[in-house]
Amino acid sequence: MDLSQAYSSMWADIAAALPLVIVSLAGLVVVVFDAYRNRHAATPLITLAALVLAFAVEIPALSADGTAFHGMLRIGGAAAFVNLLILGSGILTVMLAMPYLKRLDMHIGEVYSMVLFATAGMLMLGAANHLVTIFVGLETMSVCLYILTGLVRKNQGAIESALKYFLLGAFSTGFFLYGMALLYGATGTMSLSDMQVAAGSGSVMFWAGVALLLVGFLFKVSAVPFHMWTPDVYQGAPTPLVGFMSTASKAAAFAALITVLVLALPPERWTGVLAVFAVITMVIGNVLALSQSNVKRMLAYSSIAHAGYILVALAAGTPEGYSGALFYLLVYTVMNIGAFGVMSQLEWDDAQGSTQSLDSLAGVGYRRPLLGWTMVFFMFSLAGFPPLAGFLGKWAVFAPAIDADLVWLAITGVLASAVSAYYYLRVLVVFFMKSARDGEPGTAAGEAFVIPTMTRGVLIFCTALLVVLGVTTFAWDLTGTFFG
Amino acid sequence: MLSDFYPLFVQLAIAAGLSFTLLKAAALIGPNRHNIVKRKAYESGMDPIGSAHERYSVKFYLVAMIFIVFDVEVVFLYPWAVSFKEFLEAGAGPGVMGVVMLFVIVLAIGLLYDIKKGGLEFD
Repeated sequence: MDLSQAYSSMWADIAAALPLVIVSLAGLVVVVFDAYRNRHAATPLITLAALVLAFAVEIPALSADGTAFHGMLRIGGAAAFVNLLILGSGILTVMLAMPYLKRLDMHIGEVYSMVLFATAGMLMLGAANHLVTIFVGLETMSVCLYILTGLVRKNQGAIESALKYFLLGAFSTGFFLYGMALLYGATGTMSLSDMQVAAGSGSVMFWAGVALLLVGFLFKVSAVPFHMWTPDVYQGAPTPLVGFMSTASKAAAFAALITVLVLALPPERWTGVLAVFAVITMVIGNVLALSQSNVKRMLAYSSIAHAGYILVALAAGTPEGYSGALFYLLVYTVMNIGAFGVMSQLEWDDAQGSTQSLDSLAGVGYRRPLLGWTMVFFMFSLAGFPPLAGFLGKWAVFAPAIDADLVWLAITGVLASAVSAYYYLRVLVVFFMKSARDGEPGTAAGEAFVIPTMTRGVLIFCTALLVVLGVTTFAWDLTGTFFG
Repeated sequence: MLSDFYPLFVQLAIAAGLSFTLLKAAALIGPNRHNIVKRKAYESGMDPIGSAHERYSVKFYLVAMIFIVFDVEVVFLYPWAVSFKEFLEAGAGPGVMGVVMLFVIVLAIGLLYDIKKGGLEFD
């Protein structure tokens, strides 16, 4: 065996994967810094600086195309786009979480190292080109998210949701690993680019492996029927971090799923399966969201439904479908982080909003105009109203399905998103058209909070970005260039 | 391919059968006279005090977790140590050494963090 070339391209590879290296190193730096300077105010700033630096380094990589570390990671193109999405989500999350955690007196350094390590895992997952890279990325991300979920450990709901997430997540990892083993047994390779050739039309063992792999992926993107953990986890976890795990982790998992579909599987064989999952995910997610009275829980079911919309685009199985899914992930990230950002400000029960119902939010839109009006944009965009980005995103995921002769699927999707308008707009009705009854918790004392400047900035930025993405098509055009 | 394993299955069956037979035979044929001394803890064993279902300090788990981490580290280092000579002869020694050192340093940072946060202080 010739080993002399084993490390020949190491430095070039490290340069190509620089954002991943920056984020991982920053995670280690934060760990050491926090060990010596407990709860220091500079910890979140180091995190923020590292994420911004990684973001800046990643931007030129958009036009690149290649692999690094002997075909373990993909560089450039769709991988770079997803990495930018993850890093952007991380930046906004840290900016939201900084004042929020200070208010809860939980601004410990471990949060930021966990966010950095989770981001590193997501970057690896989003750029994976090999089953082992997918698995390592998936686990790095998941383990950090389990910890972040149970961050407020004095809150019983938080502990319950963290334990549920951990147990179910570990179980789904088992499925994923078993699927990987079967795929390796059937094809003799773990590299996604070689797998399609090696699989041929696929043996029974190969398709059994694909099925188990899909279970793992669909759990991570919280598609029905693997969605049970989502509402509990989103309700129990600290709200800005829910924004992170509902957007960045979903983007990374979907990116890896797209890579597997494009590179590894024989074409035209998975359309039916994904279409079925898309339908039940959209229908069940939207219907269950109708009856939620807790806004965080409602947003959790809505994020299940949005995973269904993205699955519609994947079921089309065309390059337009994949790029539409990527564009939808971008839009979804912006509006979801914004919505969770608003909710993180409206938690005067200090139990992370887990006991807060829609009734306790009556009339808050007039009393806190900034929160109210940005929420208008987020909710209309989530419901898919033009001219906001949510409309263009829905177009990007449903149009490929029609082109691929899946008209029934697109119709189901449009009907499901029409249903979703009810529960999104109900939030606005409560915000603006109801007045708080006397003696409601939080009407006077609880609302005398100051919205931190950084949070204001994030909310206004997300709103502006939604409008920009909705009236221009530069991001959509960009995603259109990634898949042949 | 499976037929290569038939002797192994036969041996497993013999082992299971033999031990089951011997245990059962001892219980059936052997004398069965219990008394209080025989039921006590054997030789240097102690008489049990209290229930085993007690709460342990979380520190025990911390030590156990650190042990697992460094245990796994050694598991990773063995294959590296075995194949290191080949890499050295191929001229890739510094690269391989650097990667493993990185791995060890990351683990050492974890230990440093643990010590500084008081994970090893029993009060």
